[in-house]
Amino acid sequence: MLRFIVKRIGLSVLTLVIVSLIVFLMTSIMPGDIAKQILGRDATPEAFEIWNKEKGFDKPLVVQYGRWMGGVLTGDLGTSLQYEMPVSEILAPAASKSAQLAIVALLLIAPISILGGIAAAMNRGKKVDRALTVGGLSAAVIPEFVWAVVLILVFGVAIRAFPVSAFPDEENPNLVSSVYHLILPSIALLFVLFGYISRITRAGVIEALDSDYMRTAVLKGLSRKTAVFKHVLRNALLPTIAVIATQVPYLAGGLIAIERVFNYPGFGNILLDAVIARDFPLLQTAVFLTGVVIIVFQLIADILFAVLNPRIRQKVTE
Amino acid sequence: MTTTPTLELRNLEVAYTVRGIDRQVLRGVSFSIAPGEAYGLVGESGCGKSTAAFAAMRYLPRNGKITKGSILFEGKDIVDINDDEVAKLRRSAISMVYQNPATALNPTIRVGKQIAEVFELNGVSSSDAMMMAEQALTKVQIADPARVLRRYAHQLSGGMAQRVVIAMALASNPRLLVMDEPTTGLDATVEAEVLDLVRELRRDTGTAVLFISHNLGVIRNMCDRVGVLYAGALVEQGATSELFSSPSHPYTVGLLRCIPRGGLHKSTDRLDTIPGTPPALGTNFDGCVFAARCSLADDKCRTALPEMVTIIGSHVARCFHSDKAGSMPRSIEQIEYAPQSTGHKAQVGDTLLNISHLSKVFNQDGSKVRVINDVSLTLGFGETLGLVGESGSGKTTIAKLVLGLTPPEEGGVVTLDGKGLAKTLSHRDVADVGAMQIVFQNPDQALNRRHSVTRIVSRAVERLRKFSLTAAIARAQELLSGMRVDASLHSVRPVQLSGGLKQRVAIARAFAGAPQIVVCDEPTSALDVSVQAAILNLLVDLQKKDQTSFIFISHDLGVVRYISDKIAVLYLGRVVEFGTSQRVFSGPFHPYTEALLSSVPNIDGSTRKRIPLTGVVPSPSNPPSGCVLNPRCPRKAGSGYETLCETEEPNLTEVEPGHFMRCHVPVAKLKQLQN
Ligand SMILES: Nc1ncnc2c1ncn2[C@@H]1O[C@H](COP(=O)(O)OP(=O)(O)OP(=O)(O)O)[C@@H](O)[C@H]1O
Ligand code: SF4
Ligand code: SF4
Ligand SMILES: [Mg+2]
Repeated sequence: MLRFIVKRIGLSVLTLVIVSLIVFLMTSIMPGDIAKQILGRDATPEAFEIWNKEKGFDKPLVVQYGRWMGGVLTGDLGTSLQYEMPVSEILAPAASKSAQLAIVALLLIAPISILGGIAAAMNRGKKVDRALTVGGLSAAVIPEFVWAVVLILVFGVAIRAFPVSAFPDEENPNLVSSVYHLILPSIALLFVLFGYISRITRAGVIEALDSDYMRTAVLKGLSRKTAVFKHVLRNALLPTIAVIATQVPYLAGGLIAIERVFNYPGFGNILLDAVIARDFPLLQTAVFLTGVVIIVFQLIADILFAVLNPRIRQKVTE
Repeated sequence: MTTTPTLELRNLEVAYTVRGIDRQVLRGVSFSIAPGEAYGLVGESGCGKSTAAFAAMRYLPRNGKITKGSILFEGKDIVDINDDEVAKLRRSAISMVYQNPATALNPTIRVGKQIAEVFELNGVSSSDAMMMAEQALTKVQIADPARVLRRYAHQLSGGMAQRVVIAMALASNPRLLVMDEPTTGLDATVEAEVLDLVRELRRDTGTAVLFISHNLGVIRNMCDRVGVLYAGALVEQGATSELFSSPSHPYTVGLLRCIPRGGLHKSTDRLDTIPGTPPALGTNFDGCVFAARCSLADDKCRTALPEMVTIIGSHVARCFHSDKAGSMPRSIEQIEYAPQSTGHKAQVGDTLLNISHLSKVFNQDGSKVRVINDVSLTLGFGETLGLVGESGSGKTTIAKLVLGLTPPEEGGVVTLDGKGLAKTLSHRDVADVGAMQIVFQNPDQALNRRHSVTRIVSRAVERLRKFSLTAAIARAQELLSGMRVDASLHSVRPVQLSGGLKQRVAIARAFAGAPQIVVCDEPTSALDVSVQAAILNLLVDLQKKDQTSFIFISHDLGVVRYISDKIAVLYLGRVVEFGTSQRVFSGPFHPYTEALLSSVPNIDGSTRKRIPLTGVVPSPSNPPSGCVLNPRCPRKAGSGYETLCETEEPNLTEVEPGHFMRCHVPVAKLKQLQN
């Protein structure tokens, strides 16, 4: 098991190195001259040169990459060109905001989608199943920001049940208020992810329902309900857990549209700003960190899956 | 006055709804099982055996329903009882064991907990339940039950898993045990052990058993009475020995004649087949269900339903002409097959294939495992070499080495007709590739499902014989017709064919390159006995016309004995015995062969003493020292060679002309021990 984990971590690190290279190269060749924007159109060529030198943009790319990575590893994430502030000071609060949104959304989405999937599987082919399937799929084809706007118009403006902004106005909002503000965006995300997660759950549950061991359980004399509870769910939810874990980075790593619509100062908002401002120290690091989140959660998903499944667990222990 | 039967089916009719239409599966099935009795149900695939079993458990698929009749358990009709009552019955009175023990257990729950669950259902506390689970495992004679309790299903061998399932089934002290193909898919030696166990448990507990198998030998050895199902109708029933010795329904007679029984050999006996195929699900009959395939059928059979008639005592058959069934004419099928034009000039028996010192080492989980160890064999023109041995003994790997699908280790040589072959397929020229072909167990996986049948064969002809497209198609059609694949089926895709027809297509393809050797890896294991007989006949005919040689792998020793001229018995990647079919099957035997042969349930009812192999097959990654068989050998103890057996590996030596054995005990002594 340990060997498996070490191997997986090694692979993840390798992936991260590749990601960092790609991110770095992409932001370096991004069109538009940041210096022009910051120094103004009328600045002299000398001024540009001095500025570039000061920021180190005249050095070869390899050196720039080395400096950036060195910084990331030692905790120095560089300085934003746009705000003239350490990147870490900009990203930290945003990341915490994004994490809050992700957690609330996940706590809403995971149980509802899983229950939906189980309900569909247990009523396979019946009306409930069809309604859940069709409903889930149709909801998913509509982009999250459209849902966001619809939800705001209905619950924020017309009914006034929820605030239109995801971010409390108060100075020091308490937990209840923060969560309350995050419910509407979470529902928008639920609409997008429900179809997907419940489909996966449904497939897993149906496979387990049709399995020989389920037949054994029923023929032992367990009631169908108990048999489902004891024998089906554990096996059926394995793939679902992995799927949900892979959705976490999507939730945590910058829901640009949702954050915009709900006026929420999360990671996505910062990212968008950085692109528009060609603020590449900030952009590089923000995109790279998103990559880190994705890879770490994929890793967690894999390890979780292996721990929960004795067959894989044994294979990897041998 | 008789006792109330444990289970009684009265005129049971079951239908499956397919695409909105009810299709009848069981047609008025009636039989009863007395307490303590074992009742066997036989018949070809799809005749409704499992449906009857699941109906008795009140566990039909979602689209299945009982349309008529009753199922009485200890006199009480259970057709209409509600789900709670059904669950109660299953908890306390009826249990079931079925095929594929590995998947019958939940993969993520320890087996101990799964067994304990049954006790808990009956109100036992969970700590007591675990203790009782251990006792249950002890009862099914599992070694080290305390440790097995803590394992997961995938950590058990097939035989162990089936013991666990049986332990679970017996945990509720059932009065009826339904067993649906409980040993299908297990090795002969493991099957024999499981059957021994069931017999013993039955003796101890007096449980009534409904035993289902397509294997007539198993039924013969396990059951007191037998019912024969065809197309969902019970066509014959009687006491086992009476029914097997004087079958009185043409279907039963046909089934028994299909089987390559002990002693039959291709050189003297042709197998009977049952022409045609079983009717499709939901077919309606005006007359006898078997009329379309029966050689005795007349107009009356086709228009009137035969009633059960008494043959003698409780032996009954549903046939108008049961008196003539036993002597009904044999069905003769001949092939029309144009011999290959390559014209081998050799005599039958001249050496064609010579493999010497083949070894194969695989990397398994970082360590090197020698799965084939120094195998040398020869095969003559027009001969069949049978490879037998338990699963994992290396049969398929040897076939792959010969075919060049995987290269042997340094020093291994394959010589075909005097010419050394390259180690891998990609280094062999087209002629060498075409000269050796393979037919697999599962034609589904072997045939390209997107191509028509003709295309599948003609591609091989094109590639291996360099024929032009039109010539290749013509040859393909000739081959297919020769294999008795009707011309109307030449343009269909494999999915539309039955298993037997698919296998014929696969054989036609193997013969496309005018092969000298065809490797047949369990070619009939997935087929019904009647289809198996037809395929075996086909192979024998092809061999006679073309002098083709076969390497024939099968776990069914009856089949191997029938078709082979030479036999190699494998154990742990080593040839332990090699010789003519006649010699290997009549003895003196290598101790392993002896045990293997004695584990086969005999269809003629003769009882012979089973020579058990104790313990499990050791892993090839850690073979025992000395003779690899020694920890399990039935003849080691008392032979006087014990020390040698445990320290030194014996060589394969010629003990009689043309008969080789790998054993320290001299053949004369073995012969003496075996008499
Ligand atoms: N759920 C189902 N829906 C429709 N048809 C079915 C269903 N289950 C079985 N059948 C069909 O009913 C017939 C009887 O099937 P059953 O499984 O009882 O046969 P069997 O004798 O047990 O065969 P085998 O030897 O292959 O196990 C077959 O034609 C089969 O294809
Ligand atoms: S009744 Fe007629 S068709 Fe049916 S099995 Fe007897 S002889 Fe054959
Ligand atoms: S050498 Fe000894 S252990 Fe091996 S088969 Fe012969 S008697 Fe048995
Ligand atoms: Mg069946």
